[in-house]
Amino acid sequence: MSGQTLYDKIWQTHLVSGDDESALIYIDRHIIHEVTSAQAFEGLKLAGRPVWRSDSVLATPDHQVPTTDREKGKAGFVDKLALLQVSTLDDNCDEHQIAYFKLQDHRQGIVHVVGPEQGASLPGMTIVCGDSHTSTHGAFATLAQGIGTSEVEHVLATQCLQQKKCKNMRIRVEGQLQFGVTAKDLILHIIALLGTAGGTGYAIEYAGSTIQSLSMEGRLTVCNMTIEAGARSGLIAYDQVTEDYLRGCPYAPKGELWQQAVKYWRSLVSDSDAKFDKELVIRAEDIQPQVSWGTKPDQVVPVTSTVPPLTAAKDAVQRSDWQRAMQYMALSEGEAMTALKLDQVFIGSCTNGRIEDIRAVAKVVKGKQVAPSIKRAMVVPGSGLVKQQAEAEGLDKIITAAGLEWRYAGCSMCNAMNPDSLASGERCASTSNRNFEGRQGQGGRTHLVSPAMAAAAAIAGHFVDIRQVELASLGGEL
Amino acid sequence: MAAFISHQGLVAPMDRANVDTDAIMPKQYLKCIFKTGYGGWAFDDWRYLDSGDVEIDVNSRRPNPDFELNQPAYQGASILLARENFGCGSSREHAVWGIRDMGFRVIIATSFADIFYNNCFNNGILAISLTAEQIERLFGLAELGLRLTVDLDQTVIVLPDGEYMRFNIEPKRREKMLQGLDNVATTLLQREVIRIFEGQHKATHPYYFLTLR
Repeated sequence: MSGQTLYDKIWQTHLVSGDDESALIYIDRHIIHEVTSAQAFEGLKLAGRPVWRSDSVLATPDHQVPTTDREKGKAGFVDKLALLQVSTLDDNCDEHQIAYFKLQDHRQGIVHVVGPEQGASLPGMTIVCGDSHTSTHGAFATLAQGIGTSEVEHVLATQCLQQKKCKNMRIRVEGQLQFGVTAKDLILHIIALLGTAGGTGYAIEYAGSTIQSLSMEGRLTVCNMTIEAGARSGLIAYDQVTEDYLRGCPYAPKGELWQQAVKYWRSLVSDSDAKFDKELVIRAEDIQPQVSWGTKPDQVVPVTSTVPPLTAAKDAVQRSDWQRAMQYMALSEGEAMTALKLDQVFIGSCTNGRIEDIRAVAKVVKGKQVAPSIKRAMVVPGSGLVKQQAEAEGLDKIITAAGLEWRYAGCSMCNAMNPDSLASGERCASTSNRNFEGRQGQGGRTHLVSPAMAAAAAIAGHFVDIRQVELASLGGEL
Repeated sequence: MAAFISHQGLVAPMDRANVDTDAIMPKQYLKCIFKTGYGGWAFDDWRYLDSGDVEIDVNSRRPNPDFELNQPAYQGASILLARENFGCGSSREHAVWGIRDMGFRVIIATSFADIFYNNCFNNGILAISLTAEQIERLFGLAELGLRLTVDLDQTVIVLPDGEYMRFNIEPKRREKMLQGLDNVATTLLQREVIRIFEGQHKATHPYYFLTLR
């Protein structure tokens, strides 16, 4: 059958029953963490239902784990409710014999970093997790989506999800990104264009020469923030980059099974005559290093720019939204982004906690010192394996020598459910994905940037244009 | 789940666009492992002047007199009126549990974020999208105190003067809500269909069925 998009193909391969309006979709991989699974298991228990296929589930605690004192294990928790939640996940995984990377397992980490690096997220799969950033896994040509706890329970009990088919959107990015402009800047630029609801009801496929030239890590960053434009799923076609990344991953198929898989995976691209309901073309050269100024991920400007004037708002609703954001962020229209003084810097999260991100940070900070005005700058690897790899490359030494803290893996200050958070009024350069009010701590002020931009801001004490910063030569891309 | 056929109640307006689920249910309340009792924490940062946590009694806290839902006129409201992209951001179902436990049964907005929209129906909350013009009209009326009848059976909202606004909802969602059906139980009626599909899927794509360890 021709004329199909990548999303159409995966949808059709997993359609158990129903039609586009109301379907039952089979789920291949279910990833769980401590925050959104406890009530789902409780629901199963109350109804006396078993887990349909426990070998499809992969679990790890991430949202609430402390990023210090890991050697103390659970004694390192200061929050007893967080500890209870992690212990509940321990018990549920034990009871249902679910593959589980516990707190002190060297493979523990953020669900969206762990799944890909283990090869648990395979091309063509349907993947769900009770976390909106599940869109991340779409970088492997999967249909991956975040779900609520009731849906977590539904998938545990039935291996299926009830849903309506999405419309298809394709965003083609063509050309070469400027030096210093990363996958993070690209996706922030896209979200600014689409708006926070521009992708609602769509599955977004990212395509074009710029996307194809991104590493797997960069593609994961792009798909990760798809939900910030309102779309539950982002996808990128299978290619040699995907194949090279997966070969040898622990859970990837081996031998003959690998050959069989690859043969199928190579068909996981949109047909040349595929129909998209909406298409957008972006020139890579037009993209500048980005900084968010407001409290929504589409409130973003180039670092060389300023907080926008209220007269630029499209209507009264947006104007009042912007006014509220400026008040919360303690900013005025026309203020230059590079003039903003920072209190904290956070580098990590499922958006930017991968090895390439840590390398970019090391390149920027090598031989320099964090500005005295910065109260805390921390680097939190996305997984235990990213941490190991960075340490094997000596990056942790470069980072700590520059005065940044080097932590254990977890979600950390992206969602501030563990002790890592902003105090009220503090301003932070953050490589995470959401700048919502209170996201990183009540009253905290978040500016979203790339890892290199965050690192440069830590050194300068304020935002700087990364294109003007001298970098150490450690090899690899920024 | 209780069946939802028709509901009559007072409307509370929340005149903000892009209300995210972090604002609806802040992070500190996601540590709980229960599914009810979140009502006192919904919109926490906006609703109270002091900061809260699971172990702080909400009755001992200082309500923010400027917060829209704290206005005396809207006490007892069961229909929440909102703007575009309501419930964006995190998938946390705790946001819906909070709104439900505050006493809301219906949310009417210009548009909803996808995951939040599903979460509403999975908890017996009827989420209705109307046009921006209709929403504007309701905001105007809600300031003066507005009671609406939301009839899911007829898919209409009836205004006090007898005028009505028709709304759209996917037929299967409507059916499930009218009957108060349990989603899992409904899907498990297709147990054999799923098993047959699974067998074929495994035969075609065995590499998706490797045991993780």
